[in-house]
Amino acid sequence: MTTIGKPRRRVDGRAKVTGQTRFADDLNLPRTVHCKILRSSVPHANIRSIDVARAEKHPGVLLVLTGAHFPIPFGILPVSQDEDPLCRDRVRFVGDPVAAVIATEEATASDALDLIDVDYEILPGRATPLEAYENPAPRIHEYGEEGNVHKRVSFHFGDTDEGFAQADRVFEDVFFFQGNTHLPIEQHATVASPDPDGKLVVWSSTQVPHYLHRALSRALAMPAAHIRVIATPNGGGFGGKTDPFSHEIVVAKAAMVLGRPVKIGLTREEVFYCHRGRHPVLMKFKTGVKNDGSITSMHLKTFIDGGAYGSYGVASTFYTGALQTVTYRIPRYRFEACRMFTNKPPCGPKRGHGTPQPRFGQEVQLDKIAEALGIDPAGLRLKIVEKPDTTTANYMHVTTIGLADCIRSVVRRSDWANRYRRLPHGKGLGLACSSYLSGAGLPIYWNKLPHSGVQLKLDRSGGVTAFCGATEVGQGSDDVLVNIVAHILGIDPFDIRAVTGDTDLTPVDLGSYSSRVTLMMGNAAIQAAERARDLLAQAVSKKLDVPKERLVFADRRVFDTQDPEKGMTFQEAVIAAEEMHGTLGTTGSYTPPRSPAKYKGGGVGPSPAYSYTACVVEVDVDPVTGWIHVPKVWIAHDIGRALNPVLARGQVEGSVYMGLGEALMEEQVFRRLPPRLSHAIVHKIPSILEYKSPTSLDMPEIDTELIEHPDPRGPFGAKEVGQGPLLPIMPAVANAVYDAVGVRIDEVPITPEKIVKALDDKAKGKPGRYGPESFPDIAYPEPMIVPPPWEGGDGHATNDPERKRAAKMAEKTS
Amino acid sequence: MRSLVPLALTVNGEPVETAVAPYKTLLEVLREDLDLTGTKHGCELGECGACAVLLDGKPVLSCLVVGHECDGRAVTTVEGMAGRDGVLHPLQESFADLGGSQCGYCTPGILLTAKRLLDDNPDPTRDQIADALSGNLCRCTGYNQIFEAVEAAAAKMRGR
Repeated sequence: MTTIGKPRRRVDGRAKVTGQTRFADDLNLPRTVHCKILRSSVPHANIRSIDVARAEKHPGVLLVLTGAHFPIPFGILPVSQDEDPLCRDRVRFVGDPVAAVIATEEATASDALDLIDVDYEILPGRATPLEAYENPAPRIHEYGEEGNVHKRVSFHFGDTDEGFAQADRVFEDVFFFQGNTHLPIEQHATVASPDPDGKLVVWSSTQVPHYLHRALSRALAMPAAHIRVIATPNGGGFGGKTDPFSHEIVVAKAAMVLGRPVKIGLTREEVFYCHRGRHPVLMKFKTGVKNDGSITSMHLKTFIDGGAYGSYGVASTFYTGALQTVTYRIPRYRFEACRMFTNKPPCGPKRGHGTPQPRFGQEVQLDKIAEALGIDPAGLRLKIVEKPDTTTANYMHVTTIGLADCIRSVVRRSDWANRYRRLPHGKGLGLACSSYLSGAGLPIYWNKLPHSGVQLKLDRSGGVTAFCGATEVGQGSDDVLVNIVAHILGIDPFDIRAVTGDTDLTPVDLGSYSSRVTLMMGNAAIQAAERARDLLAQAVSKKLDVPKERLVFADRRVFDTQDPEKGMTFQEAVIAAEEMHGTLGTTGSYTPPRSPAKYKGGGVGPSPAYSYTACVVEVDVDPVTGWIHVPKVWIAHDIGRALNPVLARGQVEGSVYMGLGEALMEEQVFRRLPPRLSHAIVHKIPSILEYKSPTSLDMPEIDTELIEHPDPRGPFGAKEVGQGPLLPIMPAVANAVYDAVGVRIDEVPITPEKIVKALDDKAKGKPGRYGPESFPDIAYPEPMIVPPPWEGGDGHATNDPERKRAAKMAEKTS
Repeated sequence: MRSLVPLALTVNGEPVETAVAPYKTLLEVLREDLDLTGTKHGCELGECGACAVLLDGKPVLSCLVVGHECDGRAVTTVEGMAGRDGVLHPLQESFADLGGSQCGYCTPGILLTAKRLLDDNPDPTRDQIADALSGNLCRCTGYNQIFEAVEAAAAKMRGR
């Protein structure tokens, strides 16, 4: 009896349906006081002064903090330590934190915010990346490439000009993907308290307790060993809780100053300001193809709206071009990207992190290419699918690839051959594909340490406790952990207690992001559990006088495979092992394999394994109103192996849902107030009512198939499932709209207004298209020249000055 | 000073007497004064449905109900869904088994809204379920596993 691959109730299922899962805001410690944050009302200004005297005198107020209390900046990436817990001298967007009040009651703290006087010297605000690019002064940050350019990159993987010369046709298309936000139903919350020893404890709705731990240590100048971070289960994250946040540092500081618990729960409006959501990206694809559809060359340019801070932006910038090559064979590839600072809430990693935007452009352009060449879009993709065990032009290593099976699955189930291009006007089908990482190959700070660690404790009670720093954000990471350990030890998942996301108790796991947990924690858990099984097997072997190799661990017993009656209970086995070895404990750890991408910037994109997805979306489009209804989605996901199919299907269908939200309605947009009202750049819709997301009434029927070809690098063959299935939805909707009414919407979201505009244009004899007209002339830097493997490349850039220095050093020493 | 007002109500079948700040919502009274943190909040503006509870058997958004106005009334929260014997409600069982709950944050509000639906209509169609739950946002599941869990619970309840 094994539970691997069997549909099961997750281990924390009962807690969730009884309301007993303790989220951060559910913690009510004795003597708790409450924190509220004053946020900037202007998008860009120098702070001349802050007067807190009236707030400090307000009855019930215990403490008022400002930037003066926080001399050390922070940020998620070592290269972007550009945020202040409370702004010291400059605010950069409406919502930037300026001061904090801690009071006995939350309402009192709220009232006192109104008593703080901030004197701002207004600076010009930049609402769009082009505005920021064309106006290098004033700089929003004093670091970055120049002016308001945060990060610029350029790569040549082979001679793309030669590739275009070889092409029969060259296609150039410009696309725009609007920003959107995670909208987890749980608002961020944090509780901080000194423990009885005087050390700091922080409970927070974070996906990354380890990175928060590091940020707190740095920003508060406290030894990390004196800080304990406990990641409470997250009420949804989707990437929105993967940065350390100012409010976490502020309440930690306040708790240490006041010597008592301090709590903050953000309002929904504040959650919109924390953001770190999808970057708005303008992109241009130039793709050369042969008449049979095979790609000879691709050139991708992206122009990225980063918002006011760095966040993960450097990584996001690379991600806008990292994964184009892992789905289809692209022999020559050129990629240029540029991320701008603007005076809006910072963008960061949302489900798919930087890759859904270019995936949208790539898949819509492929649809156009297929039409122009007179090839079926599914057939075209099947023809150009990348091969397994391949290193791509940009040195991403693909192990297994089940994309062709995914395409065949959705084509068959949707009756594509009989329905595509054959439905009545107003009805249409669209197909698109995608890929995603099963964990980032590198951590966010340089080190050679394991990415995930698991410890097991077993004792004479027969109980097993599994410790891991991984964080339960709803995806079921605790269930993956106990499922794997239970399988190897032959016990039931319910027999195991999972202790996770606690920096005092659990070994480091880098966190719940980049779809890394199942693969990385899973492999660490396998190692720890196999070591434990080995300790038990040694003892049982001696006791029963049966060779170790013949012992089986199953059904809560350890027995002789040749004589199943001869054996003992699992508890007896643990007792025997404790007699033989003393106190029992094992560890396991996982570090991803080294990537063949050795060039600078090649650290973003590599992964132990890539998942693949294909989907077909059906739409009904009203040709008069442009209204779009999605009755059905067929999706197939190459997961390698589904450890718990109930949870795997939930991730796929949750991704379909979130993708439909992005495709049809969700947008994080801003407007400029009229000059007489401050001219500020404000969030247009910082509320759930106005930020539209799909409800139960908007959901189509979803027909899901999991494609299971175990990947040698995954635990029991498992690859990721939490992010990849979101990516093909947006382009599939756009392609389906074209099939339905014959207009191209080269922009996300795809709204009725845009469809009507394109239909009107088409009726007037103009191209039936809605989308950006042109791509600005951006000065990208000198490219890194990285010859692909088939042109004799070794993964390095031939013109990297660092590499030349290294080669010279090597010459000298030899 | 904001003086407290007395409040006597029935919560999950048990009489409760307390005194609450007059400005507090039912949501705040439940979570902060009665320590019933199973009821969640996602907006405190009546937009997300996470705080839904049953007030005299009917679903309400507890963030839009003034706490002291519930004097003399009966409130059911997720903590009151299981029987006194600790046996879970069929909806709780099916949500746990069938993936109806991922992060679990919207779950209490959805469970109570679905309970009222099944109390009124033991055999709802898929459309009726979607309609009943249209005020409860879930960002994790994509709703389909929630629909299936409600249908499974309904079938189980009809069969007993």
